[in-house]
Amino acid sequence: MKSPSDDWRPSAGPDVLALRAKLLGRLRGWFADHGVMEVETPALSAAAVTDPHIHSLETCLDRRPMYLQTSPEFFMKRLLAAGSGDIYQVCRVFRDGEQGRRHNPEFTMVEWYRRDLDAHRMMDEVESLLAVLGAGQRQPRPAERITYRDLCMEFAGIDPFVDSTAAIVARLDEAAVAVPDGLSADRDALLDLLLATVVEPAMPAEIPVFVFDFPASQAALARIRDGDPPVAERFELFLGGMELANGFHELRDVAEQAGRFERDLQRRRDAGLKLPPVDHRFLAALDAGLPECAGVALGFDRLVMWLAGCDHIADVLSFDAGRA
Amino acid sequence: MASYSTNEFRSGLKILIDKDPCVIVENEFVKPGKGQAFSRVRIRNLKTGRVVDKTFKSGDSVEAADVMDTDMQYLYSDGEFYHFMVPDTYEQHAADAVAVGEARQWLKEQDTCQVTLWNNTPLSVNPPNFVELKIVETDPGVRGDTAQGGVKPAKLETGAVVRVPLFVEEGEMIRVDTRSGEYVSRVKD
Repeated sequence: MKSPSDDWRPSAGPDVLALRAKLLGRLRGWFADHGVMEVETPALSAAAVTDPHIHSLETCLDRRPMYLQTSPEFFMKRLLAAGSGDIYQVCRVFRDGEQGRRHNPEFTMVEWYRRDLDAHRMMDEVESLLAVLGAGQRQPRPAERITYRDLCMEFAGIDPFVDSTAAIVARLDEAAVAVPDGLSADRDALLDLLLATVVEPAMPAEIPVFVFDFPASQAALARIRDGDPPVAERFELFLGGMELANGFHELRDVAEQAGRFERDLQRRRDAGLKLPPVDHRFLAALDAGLPECAGVALGFDRLVMWLAGCDHIADVLSFDAGRA
Repeated sequence: MASYSTNEFRSGLKILIDKDPCVIVENEFVKPGKGQAFSRVRIRNLKTGRVVDKTFKSGDSVEAADVMDTDMQYLYSDGEFYHFMVPDTYEQHAADAVAVGEARQWLKEQDTCQVTLWNNTPLSVNPPNFVELKIVETDPGVRGDTAQGGVKPAKLETGAVVRVPLFVEEGEMIRVDTRSGEYVSRVKD
């Protein structure tokens, strides 16, 4: 930690800032080569994300509450529904309360959408982008793909669809992870804790791992594929035990989406959290028709962390929240 | 009662866990993909000194512990309590043997100690890092034996026993590092 008198200085070193600039240039070149158009959408919105685990920062515009985006997803899908074609965006997103070694309350997201791709073809695309960005810096090994279920089995010995919550608690105990009071019946939260404390640290350092087919209860905005059990067509990319990207085979069903918003709000109500205004313009766009597509959001700062070999997100930000 | 949200957690923060005052030693924020965020903390119980790991859901609140470190002068012991005084205010506090703990063997009247108060009652006492104490009992010194680096036990005026070089004599003042309990040097008048 530097002394207080030193806190006007950038938190990242000049080499890392130069690397960021180089990567952004390469990234834009890659999208241009692939016919994906860059777009910009508002950072301030009258509506906000309903996900109970994501907290928007609220501000005012003419005394009207407005929310800083936690992701450009809703606006980008409105563009897609209006016929934009394949699009990408590099933007700042904001999340209240997220601060730590791998989290900064505002960070850079690279988000893009490709029509007619499913989750697996989108993973191919993420992998080829990784190779381009890593060239000459830190080349990731060929990626592996594993279902969420097999990941939990292989790295924690837990079957997330079958094992009881008591078995998950026992596994956390065995790993000396204290389980918070009142969590022992919350299956998804226990699996989240298991993933963050047992599975992630055991993942390989150099091999990108795509995890796919998440539990339907963790679908977010992905479509759910029927089966036994049904699974969400969602994937996450891990590199060095760190989550780098999240992708969806996008949900297009407006009734299903509206239902998920409602369930989110109910969970927020139950937890005593704020109830943000639902994005009705996004729902109207789904109603008008979102093209068949897949989308992915990549945490740019974390990618830079891995490429530069940094342990703390502050090391790759010009100024982290503590110096902002 | 004041409380802290997990978002305010940082090392050094004093919180109440199971009614005991504790200090946060380490704090790590973890959040998988789209899921529940947690604060994983390592805390030290200020009463027992035990270190334990705890996990909190992000956004949960924890009661603050009214714990304060204050520099005080050690006055005397009445056999049961150890009496300290805040130099600026002359305010006095009596610490029991549990609060004084290991510090007891280094306490010399007039020395300044760091006393940790919880709800205005002494919880623990930290002696100065270095104290100067008189040797009240040790074997006779051996002249010319300095090179061999031999040591012998020496009892100090506060009752502590430290290992000193063979040439150090009874009645001499020595400087001791209270963190390691080791002899540092002789003190020349």
